[in-house]
Amino acid sequence: MAFAAFSSTAAPTTDPVTRRRSPVALFLLLPGILYLVLFFLTPLISLLLTSFQAPREFGDIGQFDYAFRWQNYLEVVTTYWPHIVRSFSYALAATFFALLISYPLAYFIGVKARKWPLLQSLMLVLVIAPFFISFLLRTLAWKQLFSDESFVVQSLKALSLLGPEAHVTGTAFSVIFGLTYNFIPFMTLPLYTTLERLDVRYLEAGSDLYASPFHVFRKVTIPLSMPGIVAGTLLTFIPAAGDYINASRDFLGGTGTQMMGNVIEANFLVLQNFPAAAALSIILMTVILVIVSIYVKRSGTEELL
Amino acid sequence: MKFSLGKWLLPVYSGLALLFLMIPIGYTFVYSFNDSLKSNITWQGFTLDKWFNVCNVQNGAVCQAFGNSLFIGAVATVAATTLGTMIAIAIVRYRFRFRSQTSLLLFLPMATPEVVLGAGLAAQFLSVGVPKDMLTIILAHTMFCISFVVVTVKARVASLDPALEEAGRDLYGSAVQVFARITFPLLLPGILAAALLSFALSFDDFIITNFNSGAVSTFPKYIYISAARGIPAEANVLASAVFIIAIVVVVTVQVTGAAKARRLARLS
Repeated sequence: MAFAAFSSTAAPTTDPVTRRRSPVALFLLLPGILYLVLFFLTPLISLLLTSFQAPREFGDIGQFDYAFRWQNYLEVVTTYWPHIVRSFSYALAATFFALLISYPLAYFIGVKARKWPLLQSLMLVLVIAPFFISFLLRTLAWKQLFSDESFVVQSLKALSLLGPEAHVTGTAFSVIFGLTYNFIPFMTLPLYTTLERLDVRYLEAGSDLYASPFHVFRKVTIPLSMPGIVAGTLLTFIPAAGDYINASRDFLGGTGTQMMGNVIEANFLVLQNFPAAAALSIILMTVILVIVSIYVKRSGTEELL
Repeated sequence: MKFSLGKWLLPVYSGLALLFLMIPIGYTFVYSFNDSLKSNITWQGFTLDKWFNVCNVQNGAVCQAFGNSLFIGAVATVAATTLGTMIAIAIVRYRFRFRSQTSLLLFLPMATPEVVLGAGLAAQFLSVGVPKDMLTIILAHTMFCISFVVVTVKARVASLDPALEEAGRDLYGSAVQVFARITFPLLLPGILAAALLSFALSFDDFIITNFNSGAVSTFPKYIYISAARGIPAEANVLASAVFIIAIVVVVTVQVTGAAKARRLARLS
């Protein structure tokens, strides 16, 4: 549902109001900021501290003491490097497919459907409709549609498009499929908000100057919709890299498709190996922050933040 | 021939893409009428029974979880909307030190994967010794909703004409009167949108909840845990009902919003 956030940051604002200094500002800011410091910032710090903890001597499972055991990081990377690689490659693939599927859709709603406002708003409601039904149930629906006994898989096997012993669920394909499906609205909405404001006269100018439609698209449409592309890819990539529902064994994944989220969950909630879970979380967060800052800088859309 | 193909390609594609988005929703809805026993995987025949006796299954475990989700969503929404609206007003209207640090602090929760937010809070509750229950879920949900409220309300505050408030002050309205009679009513659509967004985020959240819920069940958590054994059709009934209500609300808001805009356009 993050679309609202990113779409409104891109909204045109009126002249900046002359801002005053006043003690009222402190009264307005303090409760919320304190709340975020207490329940967002300090948890990140305690996560960092936990990631260096060492097991208590003669302690039970799940008992750790504060230390500076940096080897925790070495251990999780050597143990879980396939999960780390999988998280980022699955997220990258899902982001790519979501962009490929969403761009034409967003272009139609934002540019071609301008003449029919009712159609435009109806299509937008359909784009956000998946948000109104449980994420988990949607994913389970795909699992059942892709199960071995399902109509889809049976017909694919009858047409010999799929081997008789092949499965769809539990594969990298089904996990990436699930991630792509679940994050299409996150990609479509920011794309729509930038394309909706695209001035079509620029496109006409391009073709007046004898550019081919493809050339106009590459040189005019894409650069003008860059803020939407950046917002959409980030809104898809970040949650997809941390997701563990699609890759879970009970949903679309299998033993060979587990991502970082799955091992963080298992280490924290099942194995009670809190330092390992914390170290993996810090790695995930750091990689994402590095990617986000490079990406945002390179595409020149810093005002997005 | 080629021309008309090009003309129809994009609309047909868009229709198909939207249809693709609707497939799991349709599936969930259809299987809420399945006359199934424990698990709801194969079609057993049509029944309305599940819709009329939603709470009968497993001593009402589904309804209990659903009720918890509604309660958590309501409390977290009120808290996050209040705190977030205050911040949004301060950011647009006032000058203060540490401005860029404040925006960074507001942006970061949205750029952090949920699993990191969830594990971080759980690590903190663990080290402080707070037992996980309903309260820890509400504290967690309020946290991740604040940033979304701020960005949603901020746009509305920025589009507010300060002359309206000045007029109120010129007419000897006190600060409280100006806020209650002018600022707040004008901000209300933005605040309501933010509240709806918060509620939807909280209601459907699974990952952060899973780390901070202890033994408390929520609707998504119930589905996650039952996924291995099979989900009763009653869960589909509740999810479909929420879906229908949400769609009705969104369409009503859109239609009344459009009507209001038309009325305003006629006035000016």
